[in-house]
Amino acid sequence: MNPLRWGRRHLQTCIGALGALSRQPLASLLTIAVIGVALALPAALQVLVQNGRAAAGNLDDIRDFSVYLKPGTALGIAQALGRELEAGDGVAAVTLIPADQALEELQQDAGLAGLALALEQNPLPHTLVVRPGDALNEAGIAALAADIGRRPTVDQVKLDGEWLSRLAALIEVMRRAVLLATLLLVGGVVIIIGNTIRLDIQNRQQEIEVMKLLGATDGFVRRPFLYLGFWYGLLGGLVALLLLLASLWSLSGPLNRLAGLYGSDLRLAGLSLRTAGTLLLGGLVAGCGGAFLAVGRHLKAIQPRV
Amino acid sequence: MIRLERVTKRFPGGGDALREVSLTAAAGELVFLTGHSGAGKSTLLKLIGLLERPTRGQVLVDGRNIGRLPDRQVPGYRRQVGMVFQDHKLLADRTVFDNVSLPLVIAGTSERETGKRVRAALDQVGLLARERALPPTLSAGEQQRVGIARAIVNRPRVLIADEPTGNLDPALSLEIMLLFRRLNEVGVTMLIATHDLQLIGAIGGRQVALAGGRVVADSGAGA
Repeated sequence: MNPLRWGRRHLQTCIGALGALSRQPLASLLTIAVIGVALALPAALQVLVQNGRAAAGNLDDIRDFSVYLKPGTALGIAQALGRELEAGDGVAAVTLIPADQALEELQQDAGLAGLALALEQNPLPHTLVVRPGDALNEAGIAALAADIGRRPTVDQVKLDGEWLSRLAALIEVMRRAVLLATLLLVGGVVIIIGNTIRLDIQNRQQEIEVMKLLGATDGFVRRPFLYLGFWYGLLGGLVALLLLLASLWSLSGPLNRLAGLYGSDLRLAGLSLRTAGTLLLGGLVAGCGGAFLAVGRHLKAIQPRV
Repeated sequence: MIRLERVTKRFPGGGDALREVSLTAAAGELVFLTGHSGAGKSTLLKLIGLLERPTRGQVLVDGRNIGRLPDRQVPGYRRQVGMVFQDHKLLADRTVFDNVSLPLVIAGTSERETGKRVRAALDQVGLLARERALPPTLSAGEQQRVGIARAIVNRPRVLIADEPTGNLDPALSLEIMLLFRRLNEVGVTMLIATHDLQLIGAIGGRQVALAGGRVVADSGAGA
């Protein structure tokens, strides 16, 4: 068969499978809705985690730690140390906060105008804010902080290790929960689609038998069912997408009002293009996978009877 | 064209459906297989249609031992053999046209060619005007003629029919057999299982009688 005719046959089968869905609108809609809800749940968790991260603040800020230099250290030495640390392993960036700038910020933030006049000298030290590299884990950050703390010009390193540990643990729990929920629910979708296709195969047993009698190959018989799985997955993914968008839209108003009451500019982060794409792709993979498993298992059992 | 050499077919848990059957059908020949129920007529046809494989012996079609054909080549072989069944095996929710076009769709024939061949086949069986009808709206004789149109639409060189008139009244049976005769006259090799000896007498053709899985009489033997 030439490629053009082959492609046309596939297109016809693909459209035919969509037609088969439309011939049983209620049953098809219910199945697609169940698939949509099952796919929407892990995606909603993912969006929740993303928003949780945003609400907790920038993760990079949390990983930062402060290095207080000994009082009386010259600004030039502080600058040189900052450059040296930045060039070293495991450090993404170093920001120097000179003592004068720190005092000025303290006056502004705390509303203590005239504080500098009241003091004979600036009691604050030069501070280096170190941002560890992305590759460093919690233990690596602690080791880096300890190493910096041993330097002669360093007075104190302030690293909130406990907070970091809790945050890392919380993020890991959430990540695993999302992964587990995703696996369970996508597995559920595969089973739902597989079972739906199995029932369809049973309903069309006579047709399959006749086709095999007339010389249809396994591939020919399998094709419409695989396209059926494709449509279930794609339409289920689209339903999940719509459900998520509708949920986010309905939540964004009240959340914005709540954030406003607390004086926060927190906004509900929408569905990223990546998450939306993953959702549709996940639906397709689950749909085709479920159909493939069902036809592989059940079509072989149907042999022509005369 | 078709040669069976000492073919035995044994079903698991059952006896021998065929025992050491040897038979030859020349190209373009019309062969009636007769005998009582359980004589082995249907089994013999199933072996030729490759719906079953022989336990022993060889089934040669055009010199090829089809009993040893790999599984993946079976669909291709079946597409070359026209099959007509007592219960028609039509799809009730498809039109006459769609039923007849199935072998061509399976073979990947172009739509234009499919339309041409389906209408030619329906014309041959006298059902061109009913191409849009659904099988349940047709009479038993018409349904059988749709089955025959489907069997010949792929222009097979061999056509097998298992009790094609089993459910029909005598007039319709004769009509179907005359249709087979016409198809045979254009060179299609035919093997038809029937127990209606009167009908065979009216149509003419070679008669092979089976009993207990063996060939007990062959009007073409020694011809």
